[in-house]
Amino acid sequence: MTQPTDARIAAAMTAHPRAFRDPAPVRIRKIALWVLFIGLIAWCLWDFNFSPERIWTGLGRLGRVASFMFPPHIWTTWEDWAEILNGLGETLSMAFLGTVLGAVVAFPLAFLGAKNINRIFWLRMSARRGYDVIRAFETLILALIFIRAFGLGPLAGILAIAVSEIGTFAKLFSEALENTSRRPVEGVVASGGSRLQSIRYGILPQVAPVYLSVILYNFESNVRSGTILGIVGAGGIGFLLSDRISAYRWDEAWSIIFLIIAMVYLIDGLSARVRTRLIGSLERTA
Amino acid sequence: MSLIAEMTAHPPNAGRSAVAAFEEEFAAHRRAARRAWGIGTAIFLILFALTAWLGDFFDVRQVTNAEGEREWRWVIAAGIPRLGEYIAQTIPVLRWESLGADFAEWFWRWRVWLDLLLETVLIAFMATTLGVIGGFILSFPASRNLAPNAWVLWLSRRYLEIARTVPELVWALIFVFCFGVGPMAGVLAIGLHAAGALGKLYSEVNENIDMGPLEGVKAAGGSWFDQIRYGAVPQVLPNIVSYTLLRFEINVRSSSIIGYVGAGGLGQEFRTAMSFQEYTDLSALFLIILVTVIVIDFASEKLRHRIIGMEGSPA
Repeated sequence: MTQPTDARIAAAMTAHPRAFRDPAPVRIRKIALWVLFIGLIAWCLWDFNFSPERIWTGLGRLGRVASFMFPPHIWTTWEDWAEILNGLGETLSMAFLGTVLGAVVAFPLAFLGAKNINRIFWLRMSARRGYDVIRAFETLILALIFIRAFGLGPLAGILAIAVSEIGTFAKLFSEALENTSRRPVEGVVASGGSRLQSIRYGILPQVAPVYLSVILYNFESNVRSGTILGIVGAGGIGFLLSDRISAYRWDEAWSIIFLIIAMVYLIDGLSARVRTRLIGSLERTA
Repeated sequence: MSLIAEMTAHPPNAGRSAVAAFEEEFAAHRRAARRAWGIGTAIFLILFALTAWLGDFFDVRQVTNAEGEREWRWVIAAGIPRLGEYIAQTIPVLRWESLGADFAEWFWRWRVWLDLLLETVLIAFMATTLGVIGGFILSFPASRNLAPNAWVLWLSRRYLEIARTVPELVWALIFVFCFGVGPMAGVLAIGLHAAGALGKLYSEVNENIDMGPLEGVKAAGGSWFDQIRYGAVPQVLPNIVSYTLLRFEINVRSSSIIGYVGAGGLGQEFRTAMSFQEYTDLSALFLIILVTVIVIDFASEKLRHRIIGMEGSPA
């Protein structure tokens, strides 16, 4: 192996130009894409009024707001603590009940969307489009509608989470049903089982761990979205947080944000433990 | 176990005891399974009761019935007819003979909405760009196999966690106070949240890469930055592109509601329509967002398939 000198590299470049640079059309396309991208960003910066002075004053205010973080505000009276803890509890309840209700409703619906169970093409397709339509509704917007019907408070939040979860769960559950192996089903049928028994003993044990992990994962994400439903008035900790921010009580607001982070951490840790225990044991028996 | 070995291990006359042993073991298994099932159900019921109590699930209130008497009603049951009424009010009047005029009536603010829709998509675009830059830069110090040292790893992981644990809407509340009302606060809020979420996904991709190329760059005398640039980035690029497109879809949804707290986009129109009781506007806005989300999902799906097709299948 001889040393690559500059002269030899130059010689190689002239001998094999295509190995060292893109052909002209590719180059032009790349440059055009970059110009478009940078141009769009520049236009957005101008349109959204990202002026340096505005950024500067904003950062100054942000620093002032952030300075309220330390020392953190500690509530001293039991009334204040009760209010905050009740808010956290409401958020968790909304996530839990919303997830449970969504999963219960989605469980039978999922069979409609699975190719290996529902063989009627048009019914399956319309069921799947139905799930997509439900999923297109934002939880927050559903919460706004439900507040009109059920009043302010956690109930609207529970139902908003439940309805939007029906779509997600039904889609994921039916995908899990389609990913099962056919062999246990054939085994049940071969030993004289009916169609219902083949689903009960052939398919359900296979999907149970998948269902559980999907439910747990969505519960975690619903705890996160449950924190913001309060901002529009659907109960939970978000209500207290937006109230403190609009009253410029930043020290309390930061403490609430810390508590939210701590709660999310705790839930993630708990659900990881539940996941390893429950799903591990289910997969062993399945 | 071969048949011969089976025969020698369990001679036929020992069959009965073997069956009995099996039966016993099976019964023990069934008992354990039943006990676990019982405990699980009990825990679930306790949790359900507790959350139902905290979440006012079985709340009852006094309502006035048709005969003018007061009676107690379960809130959910009482609310469902009201929900039906509310949804019925949002459905516009469309008559076959004056369809065009009715449509014009329904989408009477279409100029404003189109403007705001463009703003919504641009907020999502800018936020995704910010999120990708932030997440990409931080994903390398936040992956266990690439971080130069322990405290850099710890610091970048904590930063990403906080950025993605606090919801966009909360960041938006804070940024609207700092930078004033408008799309800028929305871009910063969604961008910060997206950086946290993307940084985590990217760092998971980074933790699954082949370390060989990095060692090669190191052997040739490359610095830590060189190793990342020439050893890691080419491996993770296809995955990063597909995650980014998925995030863009999520960000479009977020930017369509973030206006509710005054951070630009279509969300502010929702708030106006709600407070001015313009019910048909709500259904029009729903339709606009629904169509936009579906179009963007479809387009990015196509783009993703093309990119994955070009780069080979994602690792």
